[in-house]
Amino acid sequence: MSSTAEKTMKTDSMFINLGPQHPSTHGVLRVGLTIEGELITKAVPDIGYLHRGTSKLAEVRGYHHCVVLTDRWDYVAAMPNNLVFCLAAEKLMEVQAPPRAEALRVLMCELNRVASHLLFFGTYGIDIGAFTPFLYAFREREMILDLFEMACGARLTYNYIRLGGVMADVPPEWLAKCREFVDYFKPRIDEYDTLLTYNPIFMARTKEVGLIPAADAVSWSLSGANLRGSGVCYDVRKSDPYCGYERYSFDVPLGQTGSCWDRYFCRVQEMRQSIRIIEQVLGGLPEGPTMAAGVAKIPKPKPGEAYAHVEGARGDLGIFLVSDGQASPYRMHVRAPSFLNLAILQELLVGNKVSDVIAILGSIDIVLGEVDR
Amino acid sequence: MSEEPKPDAKAPAAKAAPAKKTFPPAKFNEKAGRLLKTTRYWPTELWANPWNKPSYRRGALLLGGIILGLLATGAAVGELAVWGDRLYAWLLAFISARGGSPVLAQGIWAVFKGLLVLHVILLNGLWAVWWERKISAHIQSRVGPVYAGGFHGWAQTICDGIKLLLKEDITPAASDAWVHALAPAIVVVPVVAAFAPVSFGRQLAAANLDVGVLYVFAMAGISVIGIVMAGWASGNKYSLLGGLRACAQLVSYELPRGFSIVPVLMFAGSLNISAIAAAQAGYKWGFLPRWFIFYPVVGQLAFLIFLIASIAETNRTPFDIPEAESELVSGFHTEYSGMKWSIFFLSEYGYVLLASFLLAAFFLGGGASPFAFDHLIPSWIWMLGKAMLMMFLFLWARWTFPRLRADQLMDFNWKFLLPWSFANIALAGVWLLLS
Repeated sequence: MSSTAEKTMKTDSMFINLGPQHPSTHGVLRVGLTIEGELITKAVPDIGYLHRGTSKLAEVRGYHHCVVLTDRWDYVAAMPNNLVFCLAAEKLMEVQAPPRAEALRVLMCELNRVASHLLFFGTYGIDIGAFTPFLYAFREREMILDLFEMACGARLTYNYIRLGGVMADVPPEWLAKCREFVDYFKPRIDEYDTLLTYNPIFMARTKEVGLIPAADAVSWSLSGANLRGSGVCYDVRKSDPYCGYERYSFDVPLGQTGSCWDRYFCRVQEMRQSIRIIEQVLGGLPEGPTMAAGVAKIPKPKPGEAYAHVEGARGDLGIFLVSDGQASPYRMHVRAPSFLNLAILQELLVGNKVSDVIAILGSIDIVLGEVDR
Repeated sequence: MSEEPKPDAKAPAAKAAPAKKTFPPAKFNEKAGRLLKTTRYWPTELWANPWNKPSYRRGALLLGGIILGLLATGAAVGELAVWGDRLYAWLLAFISARGGSPVLAQGIWAVFKGLLVLHVILLNGLWAVWWERKISAHIQSRVGPVYAGGFHGWAQTICDGIKLLLKEDITPAASDAWVHALAPAIVVVPVVAAFAPVSFGRQLAAANLDVGVLYVFAMAGISVIGIVMAGWASGNKYSLLGGLRACAQLVSYELPRGFSIVPVLMFAGSLNISAIAAAQAGYKWGFLPRWFIFYPVVGQLAFLIFLIASIAETNRTPFDIPEAESELVSGFHTEYSGMKWSIFFLSEYGYVLLASFLLAAFFLGGGASPFAFDHLIPSWIWMLGKAMLMMFLFLWARWTFPRLRADQLMDFNWKFLLPWSFANIALAGVWLLLS
């Protein structure tokens, strides 16, 4: 950055609306940018364009119906949303999902994590200007969506993980198809590395940009790959295992400097780890029922509260449920990782170029459905 | 009366059955087709070996057939310059037989050549858009346009052109209407003009200018004014940023682009594009063409710098900062629609073709055959083939690379390309002194 030229040639500042209708805001985010030349002096993220009030809606719906609402938060990775609500509600209802259901939940969540990271990989490529990786990522993502469609009939809003288990067992052809996908997908990640990860232009665009020191990452309450990209080892699957994650061996990829590239690389590595978990689950899928006995059609849990959190595709996704003994929750609060990750944007963008806004915003990997809920 | 209690009596019995408070096992809803019995098309089989697919083998055969057919047509037609001379001789005889002056014949001939060049650019627009879409599609494991026209979507660009003609021509309220309307014309006219001295084969140029190289660069430099006008007049901040970026980029990259061909000019000793192409005739050791790209180090360096600078000059990825889609929406042509918008693209593809022909003429021997034994294929076929190969490089780069940032782009130009193009001139001088 040629700082001397920018200091001596001060010009009038200009206000730019980045979004809500902009190709690269990944949804309906508006960022009010004040720029001097191409340098950003102020950035104000403006959210709320996709607010649907799911927390309030949950208060007038039965527990089974609330699972449908969860699909709409992070619509790119809806399985962990289903799962986290079910885990919290199961704590309230004192129900335990059977082993096969737990394994299927892990399988689906990891597949969905891969699908979500593929979407990130593809759109991040577009943000940096490479269009081709997007199509490659979507080619593979389609296969995962096909698998989901085989399992539950939906490609985006699954509603597959239900209270007490999963909606249905997977069809008999499914496991072979899943193995076929895993075998096909593993070499593709190496291909992505040659295409984008180690591309000199891509690295020049992302390596020194959007640095988040580890202390900042913690104090801004980041989670997921944004936190791990800064070198902080925190993964709910390791620190607070659920659904039997402690049984599977996998690594938590960490970044070094907290740059855009580190966050990107963490996600690419996480895809490999997810594939490792999927292989382990496929290798030892327990037999048995996929739904716990004794789940009421209209559950009325005892008054109390429960908190459950899972490692969603975007970070530490948590649900706080309060029951007053009625058929619908008294209160549902969502700890949405995208919302908390987005907050650092206003500090991160200042001092960067307009082009870097897109690189940084893309690397945070937000889903506006989850930010606004 | 007696029938009414019966359903009441049955109802509690029916409800009593699922009173175990467990869900029945879910069944796949096969009637409604909501669940897939198996997946849709997966690329796994094709990935294993594409040659197993009959359509793949057919396509390869067809492509080979088309190339062979083109070569055969070229061999049958022969040199185009000969036909041009015959036509001009006939025109001269026709006019002088009716008492017209030779000046009239020359005028008609000049207009005829101008129209031909104009059509090269217009047809190139049709061809290049279709080709780019096909190539990008196959790079991205898609198939691209396949429906319009029947055969591999050949009519896609024509349909698109009709669509663009029929679209509403929007002039934003905040725009400067005159400048907004004038900008596309100022962008596209220099492209057409710049093609005048370009060599399409042996003695096949619309105007045999002695300052051809300077003329082409001078003309190509005008377009930047139109781009800045478009960015300014649109009344849109993104367009303004795009226009300013374009201005900085195009002006900067003209320097290495110009300096990179100085070695070529030194070797050829001429600024005439046809003469530069002709200077590369002949074969070293009987088989290696004396093309400038085969001159060790100097030739390859000049070629690479000229290629990179040309990609930057045509605003294509990895240097498409002025129209950076993900940052500036569409840059300077955000506020353009319909035919005005397509004229920007016509000029972009025109510049790509111009750069391809220049690359072929400066570095690949123009119309010279790569094989010493070949006396059958005429020069215009070779020229066209080389230009298309160069154009493929442009498309290939575009669909492979990410985009540089504006300051990195400038660094790359001023700190890398320009010094190396100077060094290359010195190297060429040393080469000339030694030989």
